Amino acid sequence: MFFGASDLRKGLKILIDGEPHIISDFQFAKPGKGQALYRCKLRNMITGSQFSNTYRSNDKFEKAELEERKMQYLYNQGDEYHFMDTDNYEQLFLTREQLGSNANYMVDNMEVVVLFFGVRPIDISLPIFVNLLVTQADPWARGDTSGTDTKPITVETNYQLNVPPFIEEGDRIQIDTRTGEYVTRVKE
Amino acid sequence: MTMQGLHLRAALFRSIRFFFQHQRFLEVDTPVRLPVLLPESNIQPIKAGSWFLQPSPEQCMKRLLSLGCPMIFQICPCFRDKERGQHHLEEFTMLEWYRLDCDYQDLMDDCENLLRHVFSELYGSEKTCTALAGSRLGTMPLEEPWERLSVAESFQRFSPVRLETALLEDRFDEAIVEYIEPHLGRSRPTFLYDYPAECASLSCLKPGEESVAERFELYIDGLELANGFSELTDADEQRSRFLKERELLGPELRTMELPERFLEDIARIGKAAGIAFGLDRLLMLLLSEQSIERVVSFSPADW
Repeated sequence: MFFGASDLRKGLKILIDGEPHIISDFQFAKPGKGQALYRCKLRNMITGSQFSNTYRSNDKFEKAELEERKMQYLYNQGDEYHFMDTDNYEQLFLTREQLGSNANYMVDNMEVVVLFFGVRPIDISLPIFVNLLVTQADPWARGDTSGTDTKPITVETNYQLNVPPFIEEGDRIQIDTRTGEYVTRVKE
Repeated sequence: MTMQGLHLRAALFRSIRFFFQHQRFLEVDTPVRLPVLLPESNIQPIKAGSWFLQPSPEQCMKRLLSLGCPMIFQICPCFRDKERGQHHLEEFTMLEWYRLDCDYQDLMDDCENLLRHVFSELYGSEKTCTALAGSRLGTMPLEEPWERLSVAESFQRFSPVRLETALLEDRFDEAIVEYIEPHLGRSRPTFLYDYPAECASLSCLKPGEESVAERFELYIDGLELANGFSELTDADEQRSRFLKERELLGPELRTMELPERFLEDIARIGKAAGIAFGLDRLLMLLLSEQSIERVVSFSPADW
């Protein structure tokens, strides 16, 4: 499948020199009376290397076809994150570098989608929202009713983020995996 | 868009209308649906049946000039296909004004006077000034003369690629975006002027210096707001530019007839200048918004 430059957008996966790349940042520019320019930051999904490039209206792109397989996240051992196909019990691992920020949102036994380029596992895709347990949070100073402040907390994956002050240790919160930001407190 | 933003948008439009009416400009509203386009290879039109939605009101406003309206302005929607991004919407709001017997320098003066008027009015009113808190515009010395920087000077100052090289390698637009735009209008507004003749569009070349066109862009805080020029009113020269431009159009538009009526119109105009000013972007600056979608009532993302 082929795209034109006007189809480019953040998150799109395209082939460059035969390797899959994801557009990590995208900006459309069109200086007065000038031509449309599509400014992309790209990440090679195999090597992780990043670079910027500017494309023009006439440029054509081939979609990076990635195979998706539902797998279960088992555990991590240092930098290696192990997954299992629950149909055939086949196991594999991805490195911390390959997972990038996704590693912040994974808990044991979670179901994820592993992306394969050919036979090679290269990345995962997570649900947009995940619920994680708060493992460390300073108590809420109750006098503070401004409602605008936030405080830093830690969740069970050791990921740290800012949340509203009423969140306490033992709460479960929803996080948007696209931005890494707090969404809401969830009831058990 | 917030309710506060909606009110500021209305106040801005009111203030602009007052400014022009006070100077005896005539407010016009011309058809947004056109049977024929001016060939411009960098603008993709949106079709409306067998006609087109206007990419700008230029055609109609120049006809009014040719019919004897010496000072006209218009606030209207414009449509350009496939323009989407932080600073682009396919439907956006343009302010255009035209003056007979004037040139691009006069339009730069107009821009300074217009924005000084608008800001003092918006900052001066209790109803609108809170919406402007934190706007970069509030920190700029707008009353002092604005920067006027020629394209040639801007390349010398900011670009590692020489102007001649950029033009030769068809990298002019890229150099403007990469190296030059980020520096423009930072401490005060900047007029970038005297564009290479290759980028003249519908502007006239500078008498005695025909490698450049009497064209300028206004930048504030790195954001392009307006494009103005001394109008090309030589129909033969305009026809040959249209023919060249038409060659660059996509297959569907390449066979389009030339806008003969427009060529007749401009031949009757004599000396004139005109400018297109993006009002949504001005609102972005006023409201300190990073995305143009946040300053219109509804954007495509809202459906």
